[in-house]
Amino acid sequence: MNRWIEKQRHLIDFTASSLARRKGKSLGLLVVYTLLVFVLASVSLYTHALRNEATRVLAGTPEIVLQRLIAGRHDLIPPGYIEKIGRVRGVQKIEGRLWGYYYDSVLKANYTFMVPNDRRIAEGEIVVGPALERSRGLAAGNGISFRAYSGELHTFIVSEVLAHESELVNADLVLMSEADFRRFFAYPEGHHTDIALWVANPQEVRNVGLKLINALPDSRPILREEVLRTYASIFDWREGMMLALLSAAILAFGIFAWEKAAGLSAEEKREIGILKAIGWETGDVIAMKFWEGFLVSLLAFLVGYVAAYVHVFHFEFSLFAPVLKGWAVLYPSFALTPQIDGLQVATLFVFSVLPYTAATLVPIWRAATTDPDTVMRS
Amino acid sequence: MSRPSDRVLGFTLLAAALFAATFVDAAIQRDTHEPALQRTERLVEDLRLSDLVLFTEARYTRHLTQADLHSAFQDHPVALEHFPSGSLLPPPALLLDRHEPLDREAAPSD
Repeated sequence: MNRWIEKQRHLIDFTASSLARRKGKSLGLLVVYTLLVFVLASVSLYTHALRNEATRVLAGTPEIVLQRLIAGRHDLIPPGYIEKIGRVRGVQKIEGRLWGYYYDSVLKANYTFMVPNDRRIAEGEIVVGPALERSRGLAAGNGISFRAYSGELHTFIVSEVLAHESELVNADLVLMSEADFRRFFAYPEGHHTDIALWVANPQEVRNVGLKLINALPDSRPILREEVLRTYASIFDWREGMMLALLSAAILAFGIFAWEKAAGLSAEEKREIGILKAIGWETGDVIAMKFWEGFLVSLLAFLVGYVAAYVHVFHFEFSLFAPVLKGWAVLYPSFALTPQIDGLQVATLFVFSVLPYTAATLVPIWRAATTDPDTVMRS
Repeated sequence: MSRPSDRVLGFTLLAAALFAATFVDAAIQRDTHEPALQRTERLVEDLRLSDLVLFTEARYTRHLTQADLHSAFQDHPVALEHFPSGSLLPPPALLLDRHEPLDREAAPSD
């Protein structure tokens, strides 16, 4: 065993010196390889963590949200509508929600104005999300004016800023009292934006949805399970898009690596010829080249992956985030909780280490099994 | 003087140790983030939130699950969808499956 290890170490010695002789080329390959692993690992770590976080956080969303549509457009829920739903069997709790959008011409950004049902906010006061705190320089106790659609200016005092840790869901929120909301948007009394429903038996949610459509044909129920499914599929799509954009880079690298690994240079061929002439066996030459391919790709994988992990979970995906958020004025800045999918890492490992190692071996095997004299002369 | 193989293997081992460290770090961070995640879950329940703040520019990208299939094109007749984030987010699968099995299963209104 010791002899075998010693032999492998000598082979690695030889490989390392041979790589060091071609320093520029070897380093170039290692850097490009590492970068590629870094980019791929960043995208997959980020998407996986975001998908997990979304699924977990949105599990508490209302079981059914009921909208009313008129001519394919979302319309307000008129008075009396909620009472009609109350008669649908299986519905446990019903609440009218009040929310809407406000375009702030100062920042050229959209906010989501909302009236919380479980929380009392005094009239004239608002609670703002952390993105507003950042971009409008707000803090608790500050005043801010918004111009309503009627043209009037309304001034509010910020009573609180929502927690930064929940930015993924609260970044652009502005919470206010119902009276302020109705006054600000001139929202008709007794009307609501939509309705949130909870069903007593979770197995019955779909049936209740059906009953609602039958009882109120102009309504559109959105089930919690659909919300979760939507977000799950979105991150698959985004990951796919990033990978599609990267596919040109991956292909280019593939060609580069194939060229480097599969096409032996005249110098390498001569080296193999000399090694064989001085008594190396075919197996030794192949083992030496195996170490070269394996060590280069393993190092590229390890360094690329570690760099990607640090980038995503300690630097908030800062290199690629601007690509995604370039045009959104308000964008949440959140630290994701690391969720690593073992299978994903294993796939990345297999696809980054194996092909390159295999590609180095094939031509070497061909060169190493021919006569040293022919190899040196060709 | 150390052999080249010692240096190469040493460096590879170091990289492998760092690789293993990412899993340890992930476990630690998961524990640290847990209370904040729970508070976020509570916030979603308390405020009855239904969507993530991914893109705030258009209402169908801000509240993706609340948008309907027409909302990207409803600014005026034959309007084209013009918000860049629309190209980063597909229309929700539920809108394409639908207007939902619920519609098909429901009895037609007279």
